[in-house]
Amino acid sequence: MVPLSWYLALGAVLFVIGIAGVLLRRNVLIVLLSLELMLNSVNINLVAFSNMLEGFRGQIIAIFVITVTAAEVAIALGILVVLMRNKATLEVDEVTTLKG
Amino acid sequence: MEQAFFLFVAVVATASGLAVVLARNPIHSALALMVCFVQVAAVFLLLRAPLLAVIQMFVYVGAVIILFLFVIMMLDVRKQARMPFVKRWSAFAVVIVAVLALEMFALLLLGGQWQAPSQELSSGQMSSVREVGTSLFTEFLFPFEVASVILLVALVGAIILTRKETG
Repeated sequence: MVPLSWYLALGAVLFVIGIAGVLLRRNVLIVLLSLELMLNSVNINLVAFSNMLEGFRGQIIAIFVITVTAAEVAIALGILVVLMRNKATLEVDEVTTLKG
Repeated sequence: MEQAFFLFVAVVATASGLAVVLARNPIHSALALMVCFVQVAAVFLLLRAPLLAVIQMFVYVGAVIILFLFVIMMLDVRKQARMPFVKRWSAFAVVIVAVLALEMFALLLLGGQWQAPSQELSSGQMSSVREVGTSLFTEFLFPFEVASVILLVALVGAIILTRKETG
């Protein structure tokens, strides 16, 4: 039987890797991929606690997280395509149109 | 046996997660993320959530990653592939990452009440798809409908965003 703390540790490790990707990389695509990684680590935590509490509400919340992620990816990649069309850059630091 | 399987899956997931962040080419990142998602699906199976494992494979591996690969290949990434890993090494970002990592693992190590092993589950106790489905369509019906509206809005929004302006 795998202890619950192992699942939580795996979730924390993946979350920290995702944060490092979001904060340290300059490529918008890698930032989005790291965001997906963070959402997945949260799902691991939800399902682990749902398993420990002998229920399945955590699983249902994880399903909603996956749904929202799919919507987010569609919108984000749409914005990315328009961004490439208008500015031809993938670097997050160069997208400062709203800075004023 | 189960612990050995979990350790194998966790090691592969961590390694591929690191590859996502460290890879220079975005295509390699996306493929590494696909490996990581398959490992997470295996973790869901270990947690007795077979429905979620299947959804993970369909939605993430089958749809999200393929969408990413399409967009990466549509965009010209050859210049980006030659870009230095981190242009300006931002000390502030490194400090934030370190503090978050320390905080998270301190909480995990000091929170002793989670060290207790979860209850013994036999293989017959797989939470059935029927239970999850029933709960999803009765207790969580309103969030389910809201999620469908969110998906519709995302669909329409993505089409309108990427449409070429025609008069």
